[in-house]
Amino acid sequence: MNAHDPKLSADHANEIGHETSMYEKRKAVFPKAIDGAFRRFKWLVMAVCLTIYWGTPWIRWDRGPYAPDQAVLIDLAHRRFFMFNIEIWPHEFYFIAGLLIMAGIGLFLVTSVVGRAWCGYACPQTVWTDLFQHVDRLIDGDRNAQLRLQKAPWGPAKIARRSLKWGIYLGISFATGGAWIFYFADAPTLQYEFWTGTAAPVAYATTFVLTMTTFVLGGFLREQVCIYMCPWPRIQTAMLDEKSLLVTYKYWRGEPRGSVKTALKAATPLGDCIDCLQCVAVCPTGIDIREGPQIGCITCALCIDACDKAMADVGRPRGLIDYCTLDDATREQRGEESVPILKTIFRPRTLVYLGVWSAIGLALLFALGQRERMGISVAKDRNPEYVTLSDGSVRNAYTLKLRNMESRPRTYRIVLRGLHNGAIYTDEMDVAAARRELTVEVPSDTTKPVRVYALNPRGSAPTEFAFLLAATDKEGGHDTSETTFTTAQGNGQ
Amino acid sequence: MSKPRLDDATGVETVGHEWDGIEELNNPLPRWWLWSFYACIAFAIGYVIAYPAIPLLDTATAGTFGWSSRGDLQKEMKAESVRTAGMMSELSKASIEQIATDPRLRRAAIDGGRAAFKVNCVQCHGNGAAGSVGYPNLNDDDWLWGGDAAAIHQTLVNGIRQPGDDATRMSMMPAFGRDGILTAPQVQDAVSFVRVISGNEKPSASAQRGAAIFTANCAVCHGANGEGSRAVGAPKLSDAIWLYGGDRKALTQTLTNARYGVMPSWGNRLDPVTVKMLATYVHSLGGGEAAPAPDPAAPPVAAAQ
Repeated sequence: MNAHDPKLSADHANEIGHETSMYEKRKAVFPKAIDGAFRRFKWLVMAVCLTIYWGTPWIRWDRGPYAPDQAVLIDLAHRRFFMFNIEIWPHEFYFIAGLLIMAGIGLFLVTSVVGRAWCGYACPQTVWTDLFQHVDRLIDGDRNAQLRLQKAPWGPAKIARRSLKWGIYLGISFATGGAWIFYFADAPTLQYEFWTGTAAPVAYATTFVLTMTTFVLGGFLREQVCIYMCPWPRIQTAMLDEKSLLVTYKYWRGEPRGSVKTALKAATPLGDCIDCLQCVAVCPTGIDIREGPQIGCITCALCIDACDKAMADVGRPRGLIDYCTLDDATREQRGEESVPILKTIFRPRTLVYLGVWSAIGLALLFALGQRERMGISVAKDRNPEYVTLSDGSVRNAYTLKLRNMESRPRTYRIVLRGLHNGAIYTDEMDVAAARRELTVEVPSDTTKPVRVYALNPRGSAPTEFAFLLAATDKEGGHDTSETTFTTAQGNGQ
Repeated sequence: MSKPRLDDATGVETVGHEWDGIEELNNPLPRWWLWSFYACIAFAIGYVIAYPAIPLLDTATAGTFGWSSRGDLQKEMKAESVRTAGMMSELSKASIEQIATDPRLRRAAIDGGRAAFKVNCVQCHGNGAAGSVGYPNLNDDDWLWGGDAAAIHQTLVNGIRQPGDDATRMSMMPAFGRDGILTAPQVQDAVSFVRVISGNEKPSASAQRGAAIFTANCAVCHGANGEGSRAVGAPKLSDAIWLYGGDRKALTQTLTNARYGVMPSWGNRLDPVTVKMLATYVHSLGGGEAAPAPDPAAPPVAAAQ
């Protein structure tokens, strides 16, 4: 809101036509420690996020003797995804697609209500930057001490401090990068293999790459990621509307700003802002919220905590910087009552998002409950389409894929449906043993290919028929796959 | 093009470009972006030196690492041959009968045989081994020279009517019509008889005359009832499968001019393991026969090897 500040505009006026550099060095940010309601909420979110990230692979889940006992496991080698009592096969990937769509609509929902809350609290870049900034304070002291150390010349003491700090950065980064691989293999086994040097090279490579990205992005680039690299702020900014809650400096209440002493001497009454710069000091991205909403603001609300504390110190009401919608900002300037918070949250747009989000979720749950855990698919040999045997009977060959998605071996019957004079036998059986029905055992969690020959007597016409797969155990279940029987007839021969 | 001016909302200078009222701010790039750009250039220079990069007239710069995609392929092929060496040595030691009875060896041999079939056999027998006129279908249960694994293997090693191979499968059908052994009407009578015993025609006077001709001229190889003989590769004439066609025209042609199908011997073209794998693969196509009961008088196969 520079337009409201004549002094700033005058400064800028002098810059026109000046040669300014095309490149800008990163201005290091040394955010000051702050305590307050939002800071505590941020602690909580950070604790939850990090616990989920580091803890999840270690949760055990008993699935019986034939399946892994890791609660959440992305088994790329065997193409299975385990999540507690849900197991997903590649052909069921639409569940993941559904979850991603839910995540997208969830983001619309959250953004339309509370703006860039994802950026401010839950984004990994925010969580890890926050963590690294606490390390800074632990080693170098708070903002002023950090500033002093930054300006101090390099000497043994500074080298020691920097080495220690970067060492801790590396340690956290290694723990972060290293934890990722446990989602893709049995965690205790992989950890043993990792430390004994017997894990797969890709485990070490992944750990190294993620360690380095965490070290560089969390330790050094920090807010540069949000401002220059991430597309999210642009997308989210486009999704905000005049009813979204934003971290807002209420300039109509704060301006003209001035310290308490200045205010005493001033001819006209000043605003509530005492220009203590605490909101700038605590900002993890180093912006001045008083310049209005901007791309660098991740809406972490730490400036609200800082300003509330300053207002309390000088005995003025809290909320000079506060979550506020654009609508409410206009109303407040006109001296009207603000809209009740529930009415701001529950409006048609958010209710539609919520409805779509819940509908997809319920549909996924329904599909999950309905899905069949066994299946058959038939691929008919097309070269040759049929084989005439010496006695004139006709043989067709099929590859049956028998799918057992249960975590136990099952016995199935393969039954001919149609092909009334026909008989079937596998490539491991003698033709003399051909009959109408075969029994096959399929190991747990496996698709078993079975090559089946179907025989039909001399002079048979081409026909359609089906293979029925039926489970023989008490849980039962069946699936059918239709196919054709080809003969010389109808082939122009 | 408009004049550079200060943007009200941000206080940043514009670059002076304008499209339908949309202007571009002249924000500086971050310095680290510049460094990463330089780093990319440095990497690219290193890459051009290390790897093949600059095209010349008929080649390209080789690069100091000496990498090539052909070299990569050779490495992969070498690694693959090291990987399969154990199985190959097992297959070379095992007899064709042992491979047929050991599921692990059989599976490996079928996979290897399938690949070798695509290279060496599909030209005549077709991609699905279904053959065509004059080239037998290998999927069915009709075998000219024997359908157990050992017989197929021998056919592969020595071929059929392969000149210069003393052990080749050899037989020769006379050209009854062309050489004047039978007259044209006699050929027609014999054709009638053959079509009757294979169930393609109803008995007729011609077929009755043909029966006597068949007994005198054909039965010595094809058997009294047209059951064929594998010892001389004489096809069974009473079944539903015809290598050269079973209609009157095709049979007349066969009896008049004879047939003389040749298959090359593969024993001197391919290595022994590949031939064994091919035999196992062909045996697995659906018509393979069990090994004949061992003759107690003959020495065991394992001892003979």
